[in-house]
Amino acid sequence: MNKGPLLAVTLAGATVALVVIGTMWPVPSAAAYAGAGTLLHSSSTPEEAAATLGDNIRTQSWDKAYASFANKAEFTEADFVHDVTGYYPSLLTYTTLDKFEVRSLHASQNEAEMQLTLHWATVVGSSATTRDLHLVKNGDRWEPEWPIIKQQAVPPQVIPVNYLRWDVIYRGPGDDWGAQDVEAPHVRIVDMHPVERADGAVILGELLNEDVVPAYVSVTATLISKNQSTIGTEGSFDKISHLLLPKQVTPFLIRFPNVSLSDIGSIRMTPLSALIAASADPVIEIGDEQLHPNPGASLTGQLINQSGQIVNVAHVLGTFYDKSGKVVWVADQYVDQALPPETPVPFEIHIPEDLARNISTQRTVVATYSSGSAQ
Amino acid sequence: MKPGFVLLASGMAIAAMQSACAQAGNLSLPKSVGAGDGFSIQSAGSGKATLYIIGLGQVMKRDVELGQTVYFPAGSLYNAGHYLAVLAGDAATESGSFDVLPATKPSNMTFLARPSRLPVSLHDGITGAVYVFDAYHNLITAPTQVSFELTTPSGTVQKRIVATRDGTAWTAMDSTAQQGMDKFEARIGEVFSARVVAQVPGDPCALKMNASQSGQEVQLVTDPVRDCNGNAVPDGTVVTFTEAYNGAQTNVDVPLKRGIAEVRMASHNGAIISAASGVVLGNQIRWEK
Repeated sequence: MNKGPLLAVTLAGATVALVVIGTMWPVPSAAAYAGAGTLLHSSSTPEEAAATLGDNIRTQSWDKAYASFANKAEFTEADFVHDVTGYYPSLLTYTTLDKFEVRSLHASQNEAEMQLTLHWATVVGSSATTRDLHLVKNGDRWEPEWPIIKQQAVPPQVIPVNYLRWDVIYRGPGDDWGAQDVEAPHVRIVDMHPVERADGAVILGELLNEDVVPAYVSVTATLISKNQSTIGTEGSFDKISHLLLPKQVTPFLIRFPNVSLSDIGSIRMTPLSALIAASADPVIEIGDEQLHPNPGASLTGQLINQSGQIVNVAHVLGTFYDKSGKVVWVADQYVDQALPPETPVPFEIHIPEDLARNISTQRTVVATYSSGSAQ
Repeated sequence: MKPGFVLLASGMAIAAMQSACAQAGNLSLPKSVGAGDGFSIQSAGSGKATLYIIGLGQVMKRDVELGQTVYFPAGSLYNAGHYLAVLAGDAATESGSFDVLPATKPSNMTFLARPSRLPVSLHDGITGAVYVFDAYHNLITAPTQVSFELTTPSGTVQKRIVATRDGTAWTAMDSTAQQGMDKFEARIGEVFSARVVAQVPGDPCALKMNASQSGQEVQLVTDPVRDCNGNAVPDGTVVTFTEAYNGAQTNVDVPLKRGIAEVRMASHNGAIISAASGVVLGNQIRWEK
């Protein structure tokens, strides 16, 4: 006897029944992640109060989050929202909170210190922000105090900017094939160094725009095995500053997962450059750069936008050298807040601990993006 | 199927079959014809026939009276190459071939000048290549003298006379020490083509900055930045200022504006301040308030 139709009907019926059950009586976590509710409603412990706050931020229930604060008299709800998502458009403006973590630092009968780490899912990857919360007990409920950081708003003004700007006119479609075209910028790889890491081979180096015009650049590397076969070709993707002004240098990093240096016979590097309309503005000062040794080796500093326009996204690339001046690592960080004029914004680039002890000096560059700019 | 293709295919087939006949036949063809020149074909016999001229990109058909001369006016055949003539009559078909050669007089040229922009003082940095064509854009393969002339911003002229080989001639010239626009010309008799090549300054040379106190900050200003030939390095070129103090560091990439780079940085007593542009290092200052 053929039991196929019976099995199909049984499976279909079970599926419909499960869908109905899931819709009518969803588990709280599923409902929360679907945006229909929150995971926690209780604030009977400091952990629960902090978790409720994180949950409200995740669902963008700003009013509920604001209402839960013990210190809401110190700032408005708009101040709170700007503090979390940025006063000016930035990476956090168009992102969602992926998850959060709550860690207890200290607790007493009526007060507690909790650390709330927010993991944002941004267009360039995960970004974490950490806030230390002070919580106070109010009756039978715990209420967090939000450590507000009021960002200084730039007063409305007109800032004259007269930095150079380059535009490009290419050869027209009707021109003869022999007619002249504008020359692509001349760029040069001034340093290249392969290193072996646990997850594969990495090509590090630096690229110089040796021309007098701005260049859009990228670098690809092709690994050739010892028997002259091609192992693979990879590009620098975003581990490079793509816009180089004349005589500017960018580091680059190219990963080859699951490839060992011992497999490589030679490396063929291909720097690519194209003319691009660009402006010499904005100028970003990278200040107070400090190399921190292990444990938790990092490069910290602050970015100061010396120009008039607001920089919405800043990408910091650090090049790390050993005592002989050889590049030993390249690391980067996207700054998740906008850079208003003349306002320091901190950054922190993490360095692999096994490499940190070899690092003697560093050089940092910043790539910027401003919405509405013609770059 | 297109009639032209059928005609061409059948003509080629007939020609292949009748090649022996053509060699000994009564069709009198010129050995070669200049592109665009008039020419004639003589046939023998009597009666009517059809003459096909088949070549690369051109096919002609004429109704002819056998025994008479068929005249083709100037401009009839203009694509250089090997042509097949097929005379198809009622009784027999004959064929033969002839060449259409490029005209000997150059009428135009394609001039490739590379690069359009290069640093000053570069030996053989500018190359020019010329392809010589007749009035019908046939590549003239016969040797032709081409004059290359590069006039630099300082007024000096570099001149080369090069004979074409297989229709092309090329040369290499030096960029000179002074920045500006070069005029690069190629000439064959009356035919002339010109290009513009930009000579741009090289790397900065002897980069020097000065520091002065400005309020709570230190003001850093470079001298006018020039290359080793004295050309002003163009605005927009990046100068990197680096200030190292107490284990920390600050750096700013500043584009040149009106020939100089200028920036204000936090003033730290004993700080080491340096300047660089690309791979060129400038001077170093130990800052004391």
